[in-house]
Amino acid sequence: MKPVSRKPMTIWERMYLPAILKGMFITFGHIFKKKATINYPEQTRPFSPVFRGLQILNRDEEGRENCTACGLCAVACPAEAITMEAAERKPGEEHLYREEKYAAKYEINMLRCIFCGLCEEACPKDAVYLSETFAPANYQRKGFIYGKPDLLIPHPKEDPEAFAKARGNRAQQPQGHGNEH
Amino acid sequence: MPITHTLLAIDWAVFTEKLILIVSVVSASLVVAMYSTYAERKVAAIIQDRRGPNRAGPFGILQPLADGMKLFFKEEIIPNFSSKFLFILGPCLAMLTAIMVGAVIPWGNKIHIFNRDISLQIADINIGILYVFGVVSLGVYGIMIGGWASNNKFSLMGAMRAASQIISYELAMGISIIALLMVTGTLSLKEMVDQQTDHWWNIMKQPLGFLIFLICAFAETNRTPFDLAEAENELVGGYHVEYSSMKLGFYLFAEYINMFLSSAVMVSLYFGGYDIPFVNDISSINTLGVNWLAVLQGACFFAKIACFIFLFMWVRWTIPRFRYDQLMNLGWKILLPLALFNMLVTGALILLKQNHWHF
Repeated sequence: MKPVSRKPMTIWERMYLPAILKGMFITFGHIFKKKATINYPEQTRPFSPVFRGLQILNRDEEGRENCTACGLCAVACPAEAITMEAAERKPGEEHLYREEKYAAKYEINMLRCIFCGLCEEACPKDAVYLSETFAPANYQRKGFIYGKPDLLIPHPKEDPEAFAKARGNRAQQPQGHGNEH
Repeated sequence: MPITHTLLAIDWAVFTEKLILIVSVVSASLVVAMYSTYAERKVAAIIQDRRGPNRAGPFGILQPLADGMKLFFKEEIIPNFSSKFLFILGPCLAMLTAIMVGAVIPWGNKIHIFNRDISLQIADINIGILYVFGVVSLGVYGIMIGGWASNNKFSLMGAMRAASQIISYELAMGISIIALLMVTGTLSLKEMVDQQTDHWWNIMKQPLGFLIFLICAFAETNRTPFDLAEAENELVGGYHVEYSSMKLGFYLFAEYINMFLSSAVMVSLYFGGYDIPFVNDISSINTLGVNWLAVLQGACFFAKIACFIFLFMWVRWTIPRFRYDQLMNLGWKILLPLALFNMLVTGALILLKQNHWHF
């Protein structure tokens, strides 16, 4: 431990002016330093590849919904943020849903969600995954309950650009999920 | 009635020229003060490795307008227990005295339009610097009346602190100026600037006097390290606790106008005023013409002022605030004797020079 110096100050020190000048040069040096802040909405920092943002409901290449409403994500969810209602696919809806059963209602309460990513891990159909979107804003609490229209990824045929953008470089064909055809 | 007619005859040309000059000087001080608030926030941000206001307009250039608008739209509270007339008079006085200093500052030499030589000084009174001191002393009333009229213990104490600080530092400031007056032999700011255009700047002749003046100017304008009048983080808010809306805005704004005009006074007294450094102003009249020279001189003057304003801000974001007893010690026990010593030495040297350096 360094003891506190109780020496009386010399005349030079008591003039304070040299010390003040020294301090002023230190602050002046900070003018040329690189700022840590970025201009946030215009500029963003790159995310790490495992970043977990808002959920997205996936479609396959032909635009059919992957989800079969098995409920594994809802079971896995520690915050109990996910609710869903299953329905049976009618004949003629094959272009909409990939399998015979689908989620008629699928809701995630984003105020409850803790973005742990367990739903993504539980999903056997690669239907739900976490995107890089992370700052939802709304005027009402009910606006944070995301339904299917909010969650579904854009249609790959009708809007391929938005689809590619939403997928980003994540959610590539996952390995070892057991859902390879 | 011919006699009254001649008596009442006003030289309308002079009247208009002065009116235009007054309007432009007042609006220039207001605009400079406005953008000083922006500059202050930017300088603070940059020194602290931040970015500062950058949302209102490009580079946040409209921020002062937004701040002013905000202050105007705030609810105006005049406390029930206050003395209403004085409560309103306080910020008015602070603003008035701040702006009035601009009247005697020579903003440039002269311009020549419509076959008339127009001096770029509102009033070249031969006691210019005394006028500055008189008006600056009046500034205490703005603070004192504001604190008193609020009828609140805290604002009264804040006002007392501010008033005693300003009065203490005025003394050393005045004496440091006396030494300068002995050197220049004139009280007129215009003549002082003219002397400096021909010879050395006064800073060369009075370095110690300038240092004392500078420190006192910091204290007079209530800037850090002497901003005990406001002391945002340890006092409730000093003399303007009870003020809100644009009245508070006027008090804060007056500080920036004071800063601008005290920079202008310091530049005129010690740094050659509108003199362009390293250029012979008199010979460049022939090459440039009077008007262009006046423009250059004005620009030069404002550049010097900008440097001083930056110095004010730079110091503010470097040095912490003095304790009250330290402030009083510095004012009475150090600056005042130092100023007296400076005056004495200056006087002795002038006497010696008059005797051709014989004792």
